[in-house]
Amino acid sequence: MKVRHNARRIQPGPLEYTRRAWMRMILLATFVFLYTPIATLVAFSFNDSRRNIVWRGFTTKYYEKALANDGLIEAFVNSLSIAFVSTFISIILGAMTAFMLWRFRFPLKPLYEGAVTLPIVIPEICMGVAMLVFFARIGWPTGLPWPLNLGQIAIAHVSFSFPFVAVVVRARLASFNPEIAEAARDLGAGEWAVMRDAVIPHMRPGLLAGGLLAFTLSLDDFVITFFTSGPESVTFPVKVYSMVRFSVTPEVNAASTVLVVITVTVTALALWIQNKQSSEARG
Amino acid sequence: MTGDLGSENRTPADKAIIRINSLSKNFGAIQAVDGVSLEIQAGEFFALLGPSGCGKTTLLRMLAGLETPSAGSIVIDGEDMSRVPANRRPVNTVFQSYAVFPHLSVLDNVGYGLKVTGIRAAEVRDRAEAALDLVKLEGYGARMPDQLSGGQRQRVALARALVKRPKVLLLDEPLSALDAKLREAMRHELVNLQETVGITFIIVTHDQEEALSMADRIAVMDRGCVRQVAPPAQLYEFPTNRFVADFIGSVNLLEGIVSAVDGAEMTVQAALLAAPLRIVQDKRFVPGTKVWVAIRPEKINMTKLETGPTLRLDDNNQVEGIVEEITYLGDFSIYHVRIADRPEGLVKVAVPNFDRATLRPFIWEDRVILRWNPNSGVVLDS
Repeated sequence: MKVRHNARRIQPGPLEYTRRAWMRMILLATFVFLYTPIATLVAFSFNDSRRNIVWRGFTTKYYEKALANDGLIEAFVNSLSIAFVSTFISIILGAMTAFMLWRFRFPLKPLYEGAVTLPIVIPEICMGVAMLVFFARIGWPTGLPWPLNLGQIAIAHVSFSFPFVAVVVRARLASFNPEIAEAARDLGAGEWAVMRDAVIPHMRPGLLAGGLLAFTLSLDDFVITFFTSGPESVTFPVKVYSMVRFSVTPEVNAASTVLVVITVTVTALALWIQNKQSSEARG
Repeated sequence: MTGDLGSENRTPADKAIIRINSLSKNFGAIQAVDGVSLEIQAGEFFALLGPSGCGKTTLLRMLAGLETPSAGSIVIDGEDMSRVPANRRPVNTVFQSYAVFPHLSVLDNVGYGLKVTGIRAAEVRDRAEAALDLVKLEGYGARMPDQLSGGQRQRVALARALVKRPKVLLLDEPLSALDAKLREAMRHELVNLQETVGITFIIVTHDQEEALSMADRIAVMDRGCVRQVAPPAQLYEFPTNRFVADFIGSVNLLEGIVSAVDGAEMTVQAALLAAPLRIVQDKRFVPGTKVWVAIRPEKINMTKLETGPTLRLDDNNQVEGIVEEITYLGDFSIYHVRIADRPEGLVKVAVPNFDRATLRPFIWEDRVILRWNPNSGVVLDS
C-alpha cells in the first residue's frame, strides 16, 4: 500500500477509514464473530477424540467413519437428489415467471410480483408448518419407494427456491436490449427462435446464478425439510440433527464440513457469475 | 423551375416498390402516424426526416412489421404486407443500437438470418463471408462483437441485413451513435453501398444534413404527417409550407397578403415592409390570400448604406436596416438585421467571409440595405 505522508492533514476519503485502528478492530471483530464457530467446526472434525471437547491430535478417521455410515450416506444422496430435482424445476418455473413479469402487462401485476417473492420473506417455520398441513390435507401418499418418497420435500423446496431464481433472472432481463429480439425477428426468426436465439442466451448467466442459489438453498435447508420428511426420507441436515441429539462426535463435524465446503463453493460460483454479468452489463 | 430540379430524379409512379396508403398508428390517445401516404421507388435512397417524436421511427417500424398499423395499408412489391409478421417480410432493418447478437461471432451474426430460415450451412458461410467483404470486414468473421468498435459493429449490422438480399433495407438513425468524422465517412459509404447492391434504402434521421447529402428523395414529417416529399435541392429551394422551410436550413419568414398577380409575378404586401415584394414563382395565389414569403439568409445581398436617404418607397425587394447581432461561423457570418421596431422585425443574412483582411465587413449599428431577387423568395400559404 502506498502511504501518502501528507494524508494526516487532509480529510480521509471513504476508503482511507480502513487505515484507522478502530475501524480495523471492528472489521477483525466481525470476522472473528462470524467465522470462529465454523473454523472450530472444521478444526474439530480432525480431532482424535471421541467426545470432541479437548484437542487430542490430528486424524482423518472421522471422515472415513462418516463415509462408512450408511445412514449418513443415504441422507446425503437424498439431499443431492432433492437438490438436483428441485433446482431443475426451480430454474424452469423461475425463468418463466421472470419472463412473464418482464414481457407482459396484466391486471394486478404488482400484487402478483409481491406474491411470487413472498416465500423469500415468510418465516421458514411457517412455510414448514404450512407444507406439513397442506400435504396432510390433500392426503399425499406415504411409504412410496425411493426416489418418489422425496417428492414432498422436492415440492416444498421448489416452492421456496424458485422465487430466488425469478428475482435473479428478472434482474438480468432488465438489461436486455429489446432491439436484439426485434433484430432476430426481422431476420426471419419465429417466436420460438427469437426466444431460443436472443432471449435465453441473454438470460443464461441469470439462470446459472439463480440455479446455483436454488441448489444451495435446497441442500442445506433444515426447517422446511424437517416438517415434510418422513422416516424413510431423511436428508443430510435432518440426519446431522438427529446424530447431534445423541452426541456431538467428530463424525458430525466431518459431515458438516463437507456440507460447508459444498455450499461455499457453489455460492462463490454463483456470486462470481453474477459479478461477471454485471461487469458485462456495464460494458 | 420546380421541374428542373426534380427531373434528374425519378418521378413517382415510375416503379413503386413500397406503396403506403393512408397509414395511421396510435398508441392510446397519441397519434404517432396520422394518415401517411407515400410511394417509394425501387432502387431509391429515401429519407424520412423530422424532429424527434414526429412519427418517423414508428412509420419505419410499421414497414419492418414490428408495429401493427391502426389503419391503412402497406404494399411491398405488389403484395399487401400490412398484417404479415416481421419475419416473413422481404425487408430487413439496421437498428439504431445495431442490435448485434453479443453471444455470436461476427460470422454467425451475419449468417443468422440465413441459418434461421433453413439454408445449408455451407451456403450460409459463403454468403456471410461475401457480405462481410461487402462492408469491408473481411477477416473479422471469428471475432466476438465486444472486440469491435462502434463503427465495425454497425458494419456487422449492415452485412447481417444485406445478406438476406431484402427488397428494402430500413435504417433507423444509423449514424447517430458515431462520432462526427466517422459519420461523414459512413455517409459516403452508405451511398456507395446502396449503388453497389441496388437495394432500396429507407433511412430515418433527424439530421437534415444527413438526409440532404444522402437521399434521392426526402419525406419531411411533423406530428405524424408527411409535410413534403421532394428531392433535397427542391426541398431546400422550393419548400411548400412554413414547417419545411423552417426545418430545412434557416429561413426568414415575412407575413403578408397577396395584393396583385401579373403573369409569373406576384406582389405581396408584407406587414413589416413599406414597399410591396415582387416574387416570381410557378405556384400563384389569388389576391387577398394570407401568405408568408420565405427568403433564405444566403440569398439576401447586404450592402452598407452610405449617408443620406437612398431608398425610394417604390423600390421592391429592398429594405433598410441596422445590424444588431453578428454570429461568426468561420466560413460564414450570420448578421441579424433589424428592419422594423417589432419583435419579428429581425432578418438573418448570411455573408460568406471572402477576405481575411476585412474580418468584419459590417459591424454593429451599421446601417445596411438588404436586397434580393424576385425569384429568391418563396410564397407559402400554409
